[in-house]
Amino acid sequence: MDAIIQAQGLTKLYAQGEAAMRALDEVSIDVRRGELMLLVGPSGSGKTTLLSILGCILRPTSGTLRILGADVSRMNERDLPAVRRERIGFIFQAFNLFPTLTAGQNVALALDLKGISGRPARERSAALLEQVGLGGKLDAYPADLSGGQKQRVAIARALAGDPPVILADEPTAALDSHSGRAVMDVLKTLAHERGRAVVIVTHDNRMLGYADRIVRLEDGRIVADESARDSRFGIRDLHPEGAVA
Amino acid sequence: MRPRISELAWRNLVHDRVRLLVTVTGVVFAVVLIVVQFGLFLGFTTTTSGLIDHSRADLWVMTARVPYIEMGVPFSERKLSTVLATPGVAHATKYIVRFSQWQRRDGRQESVQIVGFDPDQPLGAPWNVVEGRTNDLKLADNVFVDELYKDKLGVSRVGDEFEIRGRRARVAGFTRGIRSFTTSPYVFTSFKSAQNYATVPGDQTIFILVGVDPTARVADVRRALAANLRDVDVVTTGEFSRMTRVYWMFTTGAGVAVLLAALLGLVVGVVVVAQTIYATTMDHLREYGTLKAMGATNGYLYRVIIQQAMISAVFGYTLAMVVSWFVVRGSVKGGAAILLPLPVAIGMLGLTIVMCTGAALVSINKVTRLDPATVFKG
Repeated sequence: MDAIIQAQGLTKLYAQGEAAMRALDEVSIDVRRGELMLLVGPSGSGKTTLLSILGCILRPTSGTLRILGADVSRMNERDLPAVRRERIGFIFQAFNLFPTLTAGQNVALALDLKGISGRPARERSAALLEQVGLGGKLDAYPADLSGGQKQRVAIARALAGDPPVILADEPTAALDSHSGRAVMDVLKTLAHERGRAVVIVTHDNRMLGYADRIVRLEDGRIVADESARDSRFGIRDLHPEGAVA
Repeated sequence: MRPRISELAWRNLVHDRVRLLVTVTGVVFAVVLIVVQFGLFLGFTTTTSGLIDHSRADLWVMTARVPYIEMGVPFSERKLSTVLATPGVAHATKYIVRFSQWQRRDGRQESVQIVGFDPDQPLGAPWNVVEGRTNDLKLADNVFVDELYKDKLGVSRVGDEFEIRGRRARVAGFTRGIRSFTTSPYVFTSFKSAQNYATVPGDQTIFILVGVDPTARVADVRRALAANLRDVDVVTTGEFSRMTRVYWMFTTGAGVAVLLAALLGLVVGVVVVAQTIYATTMDHLREYGTLKAMGATNGYLYRVIIQQAMISAVFGYTLAMVVSWFVVRGSVKGGAAILLPLPVAIGMLGLTIVMCTGAALVSINKVTRLDPATVFKG
């Protein structure tokens, strides 16, 4: 599999009074096309910091980050929105949908950022919602959707730019197990059948069975990076459904 | 389904209708305040120089260093023959503007300004005459007053008689909408009667109005008059109008006070709109962060916020113009004219948009500093 994300020696320091807090310490990681990778670890281990850097919304203090071969860690600040727009789709724990817009409009807003509007945007939004199983919810407002449905709208929105990378922050944390499974099924399909590189930060052990690879962070360092097949987290033989239940 | 910037801006605004109402009310309040104060300023300014602007004269001859029309000082009317003999002068006539005392039938005294002109000449006559004819003023002691001041002067109809400085005065007609900037209404009468009412000696005048022959240049005639006449100033109508306006509006501070009130309206508008747009921005801060994370540029977010401000501006302006129209209409019969010429109304739209956009700058600053990484914080 090709590496879509190549991170080398990523370090992130935060000023904390006169001292510096090392949120990430020399993290090197590749994420390949068609791979669903879980980032796990205790709170404060640097998972979200790493996800933010991989998503080009936080700059590393040192180290390099390449996305599809382009060194984004050296890019001008003004060029990063375009990278996020064109190459990365985000999924958030709290869905972050626009409450004043319908499901279709939420998806179309992401298309609008890419300069796609009007009928093409409508048709693409409808197709994306159909793809995540919400074909009938085009005109529904977020307030009228369940948590799982909201997260699937958020997935459709993340896919609007047709990005090769999907980054998800605790996508099942606010969902019941049934909804969580449905969301993970969609993400797994995106990785395995659509060739996206999917990186998911999670505390949810029920998700482990969906992973192709599990990276464990502690104190800003990678302490384990194993394929699910060889994982010592003991999930190798678990059926995904069984893992979530 | 239009998820474009304007749709997002619109939805953000109408999402909280109470806040939108507060924003629009703030804009309406500010715009009406500015329109009324600026309209008053225009009304006052126009009123101060009304006699000069409607005189039909090209040049004014007056005692040296007279700062404004009410401060004219008598000089020998023999200068009129010198004026008439100057090449390029088509008409010239004596003219009086001076304060006097009007006695109502109930004995109450009212200060008035006597305006004396020659009814046989085309210069200095009253305008907007709605009852009576200017020629009626050829008869001694006949006067015109404005309808606006009927109550103040105790006048009810043509033919009513009063006294001005102890001399008989008979109302022969009315004008409409000729206001005086001071509290003393204008009383139009013949030059001869005016000399009596205003105690101007029989061989003196206060101004000489000059009409220049269409074939001559005003500047040339002015130079010739200045060379031929001693101890007087010769100014153009435009200059004298400006001098009078500047005196009343700025030297006395009357206009400055009105302009300051208009400025206050602008400040109030900016503060109210800034507060409500800022509150709306804060409500949607997480969404702006999400947009940034999704790759929206700062420019994209600015356009959302500015469109919110523009929508508030257009709503507020439209309602404010309706309110202002009633205020302006109501002022027609009042003591102070509020003017709202079309260019000012159009200009107010621009000012309202600038005000609202300026108010949005605080929100724009907030969004510019917004860290998109906040979207990952629960």
